[in-house]
Amino acid sequence: MRKVSRLSRFNIASLALGLAFLYLPILILVLYSFNASRLVTVWGGWSLRWYHEFFNDRAMIEAAWMSLRVAVASATIATLLGTLAAVALSRGERFRGRTLFSGMLYAPLVMPEVITGLSLLLLFVALNAERGFWTVTVAHTTLTMCFVAVVVQSRLGSLDRSLEEAAMDLGCDPVRAFVAVTLPLIAPAIVAGWMLAFTLSLDDLVIASFTTGPGSATLPIRIYSEVRLGVKPEINAICTLVIALIAVVIVIASLASKLSSSQGESAAPL
Amino acid sequence: MAEELPGTNVAADTAGGDAFLAAGQPLLRIEGVAKTFGTFRAVDGVSLDIGAGEFFALLGPSGCGKTTLLRMLAGFEAPDEGRILLGGKDIGQALPHERPINMMFQNYALFPHLSVRDNIAFGLKRAGMPRADIAARVAEMVALVKLEGLEKRKPDQLSGGQRQRVALARALARRPQLLLLDEPLAALDKKLRENTQAELMELQRRLGMTFIIVTHDQEEAMTMADRIGVMKSGKLAQVASPRELYEAPRSRWIAEFVGDINLFDGESKLRDGRRLVIGTRDAGALVVAEPREAVGTGKLAVAIRPEKVKLSRHGPVSEAGRETAINTLDGVIADICYLGGTTTYKVKLDTGGMLQASVANSARLDVDAYSLNQHVVAWFTPDDCVVLQS
Repeated sequence: MRKVSRLSRFNIASLALGLAFLYLPILILVLYSFNASRLVTVWGGWSLRWYHEFFNDRAMIEAAWMSLRVAVASATIATLLGTLAAVALSRGERFRGRTLFSGMLYAPLVMPEVITGLSLLLLFVALNAERGFWTVTVAHTTLTMCFVAVVVQSRLGSLDRSLEEAAMDLGCDPVRAFVAVTLPLIAPAIVAGWMLAFTLSLDDLVIASFTTGPGSATLPIRIYSEVRLGVKPEINAICTLVIALIAVVIVIASLASKLSSSQGESAAPL
Repeated sequence: MAEELPGTNVAADTAGGDAFLAAGQPLLRIEGVAKTFGTFRAVDGVSLDIGAGEFFALLGPSGCGKTTLLRMLAGFEAPDEGRILLGGKDIGQALPHERPINMMFQNYALFPHLSVRDNIAFGLKRAGMPRADIAARVAEMVALVKLEGLEKRKPDQLSGGQRQRVALARALARRPQLLLLDEPLAALDKKLRENTQAELMELQRRLGMTFIIVTHDQEEAMTMADRIGVMKSGKLAQVASPRELYEAPRSRWIAEFVGDINLFDGESKLRDGRRLVIGTRDAGALVVAEPREAVGTGKLAVAIRPEKVKLSRHGPVSEAGRETAINTLDGVIADICYLGGTTTYKVKLDTGGMLQASVANSARLDVDAYSLNQHVVAWFTPDDCVVLQS
């Protein structure tokens, strides 16, 4: 008998078309980052010139460093807060306004970024906060926290509550039961949440441009302002590096989730 | 941690339970315990004593409060009213980890990220037991539930029966004064369930531990338990030995819940020495033995278990039979249900009612079987009847 999973010609064609649609632009970008020519659209042979240029571009390196720091800091804070929120909403006693709370937690998911950015800008101005690293970090934390909460909460929801009860029955107080049993089981979701928050923060332009101050531009802001003056091949090199970084992060995340799933639990929703 | 876990002799460790028994005090005393969820009274004033070394079953339909009662014993719910005394100490408000009680969960609740060995050792580590002792205890438990060679497996690499054993070993490892089992066999298939029942009983007897099992399966409760507490809408309807529960149910509801039964509604007509004549609508006048507890004169029901009903082609044969078989009812076979060991006949009585009779198939050939629409005489003695308040 023929295997059901065997692809027909139509399937192969549509798959190829879909993948090409998604990845051809990126492929071209990566390819042209190795272009020796000064013109972005003209192929002038292989070269690492633009990578060299990028690593000597102090402003660009600073922006990249700023973005990385913001991404790591905001992802970490967001993971902590998002996990706590998810635990409180799915494990805590039912309290009045719980539905309202969980609804409000998820509002940033659908809120237009312009509005989030503008409201945060108004807040920072009202507080007279100096805009820079910390304001962007706080802004990104509010954006990404809800993503972490969604991922962690769905994992918690699929977890059997009697596992925690069993831990308590076997001598754990509630906090130790959480640390000894629940935490290891939701760890893949927490890791996935962190990765998600990290990449969201890394590529955000809108909120960052509202909340950052002079002299502390993030990489997307820097790239955007450069592109407005004309696309330099150096941008291609930077983007290729960012793509490589994100690819590595995603591969690690899926490996981590696969590893934990082979330890006896279904994979975390990524 | 209040618990101490020395030694390897199981019997010696549970000797503490016997001390309470010797002092004339039950191991567990439940006093007027009630629990309300919102407006629903899940457990409504339950009082119960359970002795050390007893195998006690809480039996009832789903939603009767038996699981809530068990969860209050384990400490997952706090009673709104009443007290729970374990060895004379009130534990009603104590947290689960502060009680010398362990529970085996219905879905086993094995930790999926831990191996069989680590699952069993989990409670021992929390108790601060030395490493060498933990290893010895785990080995002992693994041998007890016959899981040798599977110590390194994760729960998802085990069959249902093996998981059940791990859950049992994990709950027993801390040598609790009281082991709670929440529908422990519900997830197993019939054959495995029967074997496991026997093993659980054997284990309980060997360890001399006190077991409280929650089940909705009356056969399971009857097979395993020394005493059964039947629960209905949050209340204990009857606490009795399996035999007493079956042969002397205290109410019509229990009679119908535990096993099959024929019920005939009627009214008390006259008293003849130690016999009572009850006029029923569907089976005419029935002579029954006077119940131990006096019944009123109002509406009554006569209950007869199907296996107490004898069938014959021409009424009771022997002279002795004629003397005692005071209740004879004529009818025709309306339905036959062959069950292997027994056959259940439904007899349409000439008086209008239906009577179920369960007959043992003592011969391999169908020489003594009845056929549809055959005329038969059903008979039973006054002592076979139970009189219930309607």
